[in-house]
Amino acid sequence: MNKLILGRYFPGDSLIHRLDPRAKLISGIAFIFISFLAKNSQGLFLLWLFTFFVMSTTRVGFRAFFRGVRPLIWLILFTVFLQILFTAGGTIYFNWGPIKISEYGLANALFIFSRFVTIIVVTTAVTLTTKPMELTDGLTFLMRPLRILRVPVDELSMMLSIALRFIPNLLDEMQRIMDAQKARGAVFGEGSLFHQMKALVPIFLPLFSSSLNRGEELANVMDVRGYRSELPRSSFRRLIWKIKDTVCMLVILLLIAAFAVLNLI
Amino acid sequence: MKDLMIDVENVTFRYDRREQTDALSSVSFKAEKGKWLSVIGNNGAGKSTLAALLIGLIQPSQGTIRINGVALDEESKWTIRRSAGIVFQNPDNQFIGATVQDDVAFGLENLNVPADQMRLRVTEALETVGMLNYRTADPTQLSGGQKQRVAIAGVLALRPDLLILDEAFVMLDPRSRRELLATLKRLKTERDLTILSITHDMNEAAASDRILVLKQGHVARSDTPAHIFSEETELAAPFSERLRRLLLKKGRRAPESYRTESEMVQWLCD
Amino acid sequence: MAMRLRLDHVTADYQIGPVRSPRVLREVSMSLQPGTFTAVVGPTGAGKSSLLKVLNGLLLPQSGQAEIGDITIDGKSSKRLLKAVRKRVGLVFQFPESQLFAETVEQDISFGPLNFGAHPRNVHALAEKVIAQVGLDESILYRSPFSLSGGQKRRVAIAGVLALEPEVLALDEPTAGLDPTGKEELLSLLKQWNKQNGLTILMVTHDMESVARYADDVVVMEKGRAVFHDSMRKLFEDTERLEKWQLDVPDARRFQLEFEVRSGTRLPRVCLTEDELADALIEVGRV
Repeated sequence: MNKLILGRYFPGDSLIHRLDPRAKLISGIAFIFISFLAKNSQGLFLLWLFTFFVMSTTRVGFRAFFRGVRPLIWLILFTVFLQILFTAGGTIYFNWGPIKISEYGLANALFIFSRFVTIIVVTTAVTLTTKPMELTDGLTFLMRPLRILRVPVDELSMMLSIALRFIPNLLDEMQRIMDAQKARGAVFGEGSLFHQMKALVPIFLPLFSSSLNRGEELANVMDVRGYRSELPRSSFRRLIWKIKDTVCMLVILLLIAAFAVLNLI
Repeated sequence: MKDLMIDVENVTFRYDRREQTDALSSVSFKAEKGKWLSVIGNNGAGKSTLAALLIGLIQPSQGTIRINGVALDEESKWTIRRSAGIVFQNPDNQFIGATVQDDVAFGLENLNVPADQMRLRVTEALETVGMLNYRTADPTQLSGGQKQRVAIAGVLALRPDLLILDEAFVMLDPRSRRELLATLKRLKTERDLTILSITHDMNEAAASDRILVLKQGHVARSDTPAHIFSEETELAAPFSERLRRLLLKKGRRAPESYRTESEMVQWLCD
Repeated sequence: MAMRLRLDHVTADYQIGPVRSPRVLREVSMSLQPGTFTAVVGPTGAGKSSLLKVLNGLLLPQSGQAEIGDITIDGKSSKRLLKAVRKRVGLVFQFPESQLFAETVEQDISFGPLNFGAHPRNVHALAEKVIAQVGLDESILYRSPFSLSGGQKRRVAIAGVLALEPEVLALDEPTAGLDPTGKEELLSLLKQWNKQNGLTILMVTHDMESVARYADDVVVMEKGRAVFHDSMRKLFEDTERLEKWQLDVPDARRFQLEFEVRSGTRLPRVCLTEDELADALIEVGRV
């Protein structure tokens, strides 16, 4: 639970923290596409340079980013090895049946590895520096065009923000119930798998029942406070686009331009 | 006579038709504008059912409820809730916004109030309950008492005529409870706010204008604290009354009827 | 058998993921005599609940140690040792009804004893015993805990801890949310177990009326420290320090103070209940 760094907010006051969530979301998505534009060594260098620039600007510390990459490391390494072993072309350094380690294979592996890691780092930078509710606001705004397709954007965003709001409460509640059952002699994380699963019943049943209660109470509260999904609502929080957000977009455009130039020459 | 804020006539409610007993049966009472009405009674007496009925969460099987002259039904409840609010027992389950100010604004957002006006009203409401310094705090940073203050601010932002408290102070420590009560008393006089408070706290009930005693779904009594505590002797009583009853039991000199704490001290001094 | 509880310079905090909470207990030292009824009071966040958790082995001291009879726990105690402690000190959490999970009340009550290795054949008798102890009818054993009223659930949850047959019962605000009748009944039960069965009781509460009427001793917690541990009466006699710790006084005492100011007459002693106050008023000839 505590290892997952993606989707966690890291309080701070850096330039990136202060950017508009919309600017950050657009940049993050744009970066995923940009990473596919890196096709030569200069491009690769630029990709890493930009990534390090983002990492240091967040002032979160590199360790947080390493922890972001760690859960996915096996997936990354697996893909990298497939590339190394099964891509042919260029000079062949090693050959054993269908397995060849070739110049192209190594190069491809390096590109894939770089894409993977830089994408994770940059998207982590977005979530680390943006409060969950700001992320929701940004997403809601960006999803607005979907309203034309009758996607219930506002309901979705309300659901998302309430879910985010109650995660800490649920974790607290779980800790409390675990403690209470421990006090009654329950032991967790010991014995056979079957035993461990069985030990979870005294936690999850009460947690489930209290969540249902909580949900019902919450629905009542929303109802009496006049929430009606079918009526238009105004919004207390307003996103304000500032000059630095425009600058951020320009940087991204510049990055795209740089790649275009690198790929043409 | 002043205008009526709450007019309940012959209200009966049963949660489940298969059940033998009504949660509330033939309940009638009235509350005048600007008064503080306490509702007391043991758990299971139907107090929370009454609160849910008054705010339109459930509909009576029989009888009518009028809030500020408007008969409450599935349609009118939305209008009524523009000027009536309720605060429930559990502070954690009422906090909808991600921060204090977001939560206070929730009701206003639902009314589609323009953003600049909303800021004004949120600030005003938070100032009233003394939580303005916490406006950007998230709920995990607040104590139970502070969360209930925010919940009250959420109602006050609507500039309501009626505030219902459904055991809203049960989970608070005595000090935050007293402070909140003092705040509400001030609001009641300043804004002509009507308060209906469901409570177990006899000292709180004693300080209200009227008391409604519920017993197994019936109105056992509706009267002023003085009459209720003097005459309903099997009821738990505030301290001054406990002392008065004890003195009588010991065959000593005592006031002939209920006195507030301050009056009782005065009586002893004379 | 008399078991003593002793805390020796216990300092503790919670580790939640990478974040370390500020110290919740600082250098707490105290000794709890067997058979006493002790109330733990203090403002929210003063470390009252954490104190109970240390005695139950749920929160390990970072430095210092806790002695539960002949068992000593410190930061490195094994799970087995902690389990032994939990058998001796029963801990009832705040709103304990939220921990009920089994299909029947009997199964829920049996959960603890079975965890501690009780023989399945013996737990039925045990369940019958504790359900009677909490003042509920035996027939409730076969019902689902989710079908009970709030007050009944609370008692069933407490019965589930009593079933461990602990020597010390530690309770975190056991009367929170109960109506006046339910509250009075539960407190009388606690007092009864304390007096008749010699159960040591440690109860966290905000309610000074309960402290005045039921507790022998009081521990005052403030910012993670135990700043007072003495008899209940000593605490309420010390008006100055009560003020400093922002603690309330019982109704009778508040009434007495107001009376003394307004009448200019001092009552012969500190009164904590209406009985004491009435007697004192009679003594000075006011009534």
